[in-house]
Amino acid sequence: MASRPQTVRRPPTAGVNLSLNNPTVRAILYQIVVVGAVGLVVWYLVSNTIENLETRRIATGFGFLDREAGLPIGESVIPYSPADTYARALFVGLLNTLRVALIGIVLATLLGTIVGIARLSSNWLVAQTARVYVEVLRNLPLLLQLLFWWTLFRDLFPGPRQAITPLPGVFLSNRGVQLPAILWQPGYGYVLGAFVIGVIAAVAVSRWAKRRQASTGQQFPVLWVSLALILGVPGITFMAIGAPFALEQPELRGFNFVGGVTLTPEFAALLVGLVTYTAAFIAEIVRSGILAVNQGQWEAALALGLRRGQVLRLVVLPQALRVIVPPTTSQYLNLTKNSSLAVAIGYPDIVSVANTMLNQTGQAIEGIAIIMAVYLTISLSISAFMNWYNRHIALVER
Amino acid sequence: MKYLGLVAAGAALMIATAAPASAQQSTLDAVKAKDFVQCGVNTGLPGFSAPDSQGVWRGIDVDVCRAVAAAVLGDANKVRFTPLTAQQRFTALQSGEIDILSRNTTWTLSRDASLGIDFVGVNFYDGQGFMVPKKLGVKSAKELNGASVCVQPGTTTELNLTDYFRANNMEFTPVVIELLAEVTGAYFAGRCDVYTTDVSGLASTRMAQAPNPDDHVILPEVISKEPLGPSVRQGDDRWADIVRWSLYAMLEAEELGLTSKNIDEHLNSQNPSIQRFVGATGDFGKMLGVDNKWAYNIVKQVGNYAESYERNIAPLGIERGINKLWRDGGLMYPMPIR
Repeated sequence: MASRPQTVRRPPTAGVNLSLNNPTVRAILYQIVVVGAVGLVVWYLVSNTIENLETRRIATGFGFLDREAGLPIGESVIPYSPADTYARALFVGLLNTLRVALIGIVLATLLGTIVGIARLSSNWLVAQTARVYVEVLRNLPLLLQLLFWWTLFRDLFPGPRQAITPLPGVFLSNRGVQLPAILWQPGYGYVLGAFVIGVIAAVAVSRWAKRRQASTGQQFPVLWVSLALILGVPGITFMAIGAPFALEQPELRGFNFVGGVTLTPEFAALLVGLVTYTAAFIAEIVRSGILAVNQGQWEAALALGLRRGQVLRLVVLPQALRVIVPPTTSQYLNLTKNSSLAVAIGYPDIVSVANTMLNQTGQAIEGIAIIMAVYLTISLSISAFMNWYNRHIALVER
Repeated sequence: MKYLGLVAAGAALMIATAAPASAQQSTLDAVKAKDFVQCGVNTGLPGFSAPDSQGVWRGIDVDVCRAVAAAVLGDANKVRFTPLTAQQRFTALQSGEIDILSRNTTWTLSRDASLGIDFVGVNFYDGQGFMVPKKLGVKSAKELNGASVCVQPGTTTELNLTDYFRANNMEFTPVVIELLAEVTGAYFAGRCDVYTTDVSGLASTRMAQAPNPDDHVILPEVISKEPLGPSVRQGDDRWADIVRWSLYAMLEAEELGLTSKNIDEHLNSQNPSIQRFVGATGDFGKMLGVDNKWAYNIVKQVGNYAESYERNIAPLGIERGINKLWRDGGLMYPMPIR
């Protein structure tokens, strides 16, 4: 060994080798070339577009956002009038998108889980009903379903003057569902504070119960105590401040109902359409997740004396979730992006408002850029949250 | 090194694509080369642009495009139509997807100055109105406080509507739907109390789509000026001239008493105005860059303005009104062809 010639390999010298023979130098060089080329392409596209817009005398820039919009928007979470700016109109559209997406995700998850479990039911009727639901809903185009629900809500109920009144203060008409609104009372701040305290206390109790069960094996009725804390604490506070309560009743004045809360046919159709459609996909994901858990897990847990519900909750679902969560994330993203079909049925979401804006101002590139930025932000946020949740429920090896 | 070759190829590609972007081809040459005119029209507004039972596009806006095709290509049928919603129309023209936008579009300053398009004339003077079901018992637009109003987005209609209600201190709930068929469907289903658009559009919708046209009334208030006309991309003056003078030729023909039926009899007319019009004297077609028989082709194949109006608008029950020729007390005034 000692007789090996010295020329075969020299130890690395202290100086830096900048020749192209050095793989590190070559790698860095290629990176610079690639980044430079991509940068040039982007610069070319942007400058070319700006130049073309200028030669065609099409206005550019985002200055129009501060101009008065003059657009009417049918429903809004925040106060809005046509005298407000385009920026505020866009914000109204964004909130409308978020409203339908968030409520839609929650409801689609609930409905999808129920249908998914129902498909595995040993009851033939329940399983077949769930199966027909899934096969019909996921095999029809969503746009068609939205138009169906919208037409249904529009034509099912009579005009506002002949509105159906199933309960006092509740009106069903082709203008939507009118509900009485609960008016904010001065003491409600305390009730809200008590609710937060109740939730914190419930979390603390459940942690304590878990630790106690781990060390002593004794169980604690966590569900009932938590429920009592979450509902009871604000309830007692509500009574203590004298139970102030007032409703704003909707009433027919002129053409339409005034006061109360309105659930428009457009919002209802979009929500129902998105929820039932996405739930069909989530149901299949839930079913696949449960089936992915080995039958032996069921048998072992049952042999330990757990009830079927407990087996599902404590043994099967925690394992199934690892299979369920990643594909469900993409269903959430789909639901959010599909909400842009609102344009077809007149729900003022971000796409609808931005489309109108880019038409009134003629600045299509800026309008489309805003729409893309909004959807990218929403989608990446949902993705980030779901990835965090996925890590949280990942199998912890002990 | 193969990588260097790749970089060189990329650079060459960029240089190649950079060149044509700066030089724009003229629309007239492009139209002559492809041998048809691409025309942006409404998705379906009877009287202005809508396909008939045979699938042939008919309407006063359609006739403008046919007139241009007759002038440039000598055949009024060499037109391809692109149905556009209110929201799509300007982008379609800006991007070069269509050669002419003839889609009951209101000429306004902001559109003319900031969209990169040029309006070339007016083929219909209109104004915005309101339609309500008769059974509501509404007699005036001033009684519409609190109403739900169906309206199409991306239109001047939408802006006039908010202006009018604000000026009169009234509230309304908008129901904004992009597709014309859906917005009128929503109105007839009772989703809104009021449908608003240009008065001609109201009449057209009432005639063509209402289950019973007599159940709906158009309120007397006309709340805006809506001069509707064709537009072209800015910066191509020759093409703008051709579209403008094709429109004038239809009006001039009415003024001279030339129709599709009698123009052949006037080919040898001694009237110098008619001689210029049919291309017997003067080189007016050549000046525009088209055939000297351009105006003859328009009238022979499409007809004059009055014929187009009678064919398309009169069946809707809309009086000629301010759309009469200037000498009959209207606003239509063609510039002289000479």
